[in-house]
Amino acid sequence: MVEIKSVEYAYPGAKAIRFADFKLAGGEHCLLLGESGSGKTTLLHLLGGLLRSQQGAIRIHDTDITQLSESALDHFRGKHLGFVFQRNHLLQALSVRQNLLMAPFLAELPQSEERVNEVLDRLGLLNRKSARVRELSQGQAQRVAIARAVINKPDVIFADEPTSALDDKNCERVSDLLLSVASEQRATLVVATHDQRLKAKITRQMVLPA
Amino acid sequence: MMNLITLVWSYLKAKPLNTFLNVLLLGLGIAVITVLLVFNQQFQEKIKDNVRGIDLVVGAKGSPLQLILCSIFHVDFPTGNIKLNEAEQLAKNRLVKSVIPLALGDSYQGYRIVGTNRAYTDLYEADLQEGKWWEKDMEVVAGANVAAFARVKVGDKLVSQHGLGAEGHAHEDQQMICTGVLRKTNSVIDNLLFTNVGTVWAVHEEHEEDEHEHDEQPVQNPSPIVPTVNAGDSVKEITSLLVEFRNPMAAIQLPRYINAQTNMQAASPAFETARLFSILGVGADVLMGFAYVLIFISALSIFLALYNSLKERQYDLAIMRSMGASRSRLFITMLAEGIAMTLMGSVLGLAMGHGVLVLFTWWVKEGSQTGFSAYVFYTSELWILAGSLLLGIVCSLVPAIQAYRTDIHKVLAG
Repeated sequence: MVEIKSVEYAYPGAKAIRFADFKLAGGEHCLLLGESGSGKTTLLHLLGGLLRSQQGAIRIHDTDITQLSESALDHFRGKHLGFVFQRNHLLQALSVRQNLLMAPFLAELPQSEERVNEVLDRLGLLNRKSARVRELSQGQAQRVAIARAVINKPDVIFADEPTSALDDKNCERVSDLLLSVASEQRATLVVATHDQRLKAKITRQMVLPA
Repeated sequence: MMNLITLVWSYLKAKPLNTFLNVLLLGLGIAVITVLLVFNQQFQEKIKDNVRGIDLVVGAKGSPLQLILCSIFHVDFPTGNIKLNEAEQLAKNRLVKSVIPLALGDSYQGYRIVGTNRAYTDLYEADLQEGKWWEKDMEVVAGANVAAFARVKVGDKLVSQHGLGAEGHAHEDQQMICTGVLRKTNSVIDNLLFTNVGTVWAVHEEHEEDEHEHDEQPVQNPSPIVPTVNAGDSVKEITSLLVEFRNPMAAIQLPRYINAQTNMQAASPAFETARLFSILGVGADVLMGFAYVLIFISALSIFLALYNSLKERQYDLAIMRSMGASRSRLFITMLAEGIAMTLMGSVLGLAMGHGVLVLFTWWVKEGSQTGFSAYVFYTSELWILAGSLLLGIVCSLVPAIQAYRTDIHKVLAG
């Protein structure tokens, strides 16, 4: 489902980072570990097509995304990938419901009110449906971000430090929800983190050398 | 449902004061332009309408603009009188197709009484609303506004005042009778009362030439201008003569002849109204300049609002890209936001502009009397809308290009 082969990336004026080859089956979860600066985020962004111009091949769902044109990649991302970031990057001007609907809107998929309800219900946020983003607590906001990442039923979910900003209680809840929702939808989950609390939850782990 | 419009609207709503200020600023500028546009357009139309069929006005020497204002628009005082026999001479000129005499001097409740003949009302395609046309001296027909505002009805006995103001001395012993009321034409004649030239003479002779009154002789050789008197009368005077040319040659030769060879002056309505426009145009230009300054400031303000929002918006833009939005989509969203503001501004401006004109026609008596309408829309207003579209694009182009160039990896990793 997710496979990389001899991928390299060089920031302008810096030495190229070489990433070890790996392969994840559909529905498999994986942790990317490493010190900050080890290239976790770089690898995650390369996998998600947020960063380009690298060497090697990245195959996701039988598509080599390095071969896609810019707009085809955007389209692919909208349809097959979901993202959760460290700081809950929700669109401040919109309500929770509108934030969720942005995903199918931008991916040019049908927008379904039932799907919004279903996902919010699953994440225990149904009562916050019409809330403004700034009215949410940090834990709630991160759950909305997860809801938005899964609403289009992506094949792969990429999470970049999804729990580092949360306290233990919220970390527990958010990571459990993320894992169970991903499993329910048979989505592959790739989490880049240095958060030790997650190590016990995802057994497949890849450590990036510093 | 989420779409471009709800997305753009949500962003505008997220900063209500900012959006409101920008829209209002632009709206004010557009409103001023709209008022000037509609006013100018209707003013010019009215003037063209009132000038129709009149190639030249001949009157006593003086200011040509005054002569035109007095004889065509009836807003100024006569420059003096001309001799009837001199006017007859002119009427016989081969370059003249037809003439209409005007004898002014009296008014009723501030509405001017015009001594003339039916050719004058025919010029404005006047129709009777009720009653019949005037025939004998001392019979008058009232224009639509005179009937409405001065409450003149068929059969009313009217006492005229000398001059145009209400305080001019009344010609008490000379009563006129209203025989008819005209249908509204939305031209200058709505504000006039019409009668024979003879009526005006009769009202004034009463005082000035009492002894002349009784020499009632049958008219043997009727004047071509005023058939109730003999041609060549050296005493009778009229205020002015409206002339229609026989051919284009007359436009060059006739004014020169009249101004150089006679005691009269010739004024061209086309030339004088053009001059009037250029005088009024200065004021309009100042207002217009003010409007453009407002629009420029609002455009700058819209640009700055969008440009400044980019910094806080770059996370939003990057997130939208991660959800599958293409670069061009972000570009369009940004443009749409600018266009939405300028479009709202121009719609508000057009509405305010027409609103001001509606109030003007309601509250100002002159507004309704001139047949001025606030509910007329011109194609130039579509140009204002199109222009605001363009303005929106100009204001948001740079922010849109920035949005297009957003480096999502940098923003999301940073």
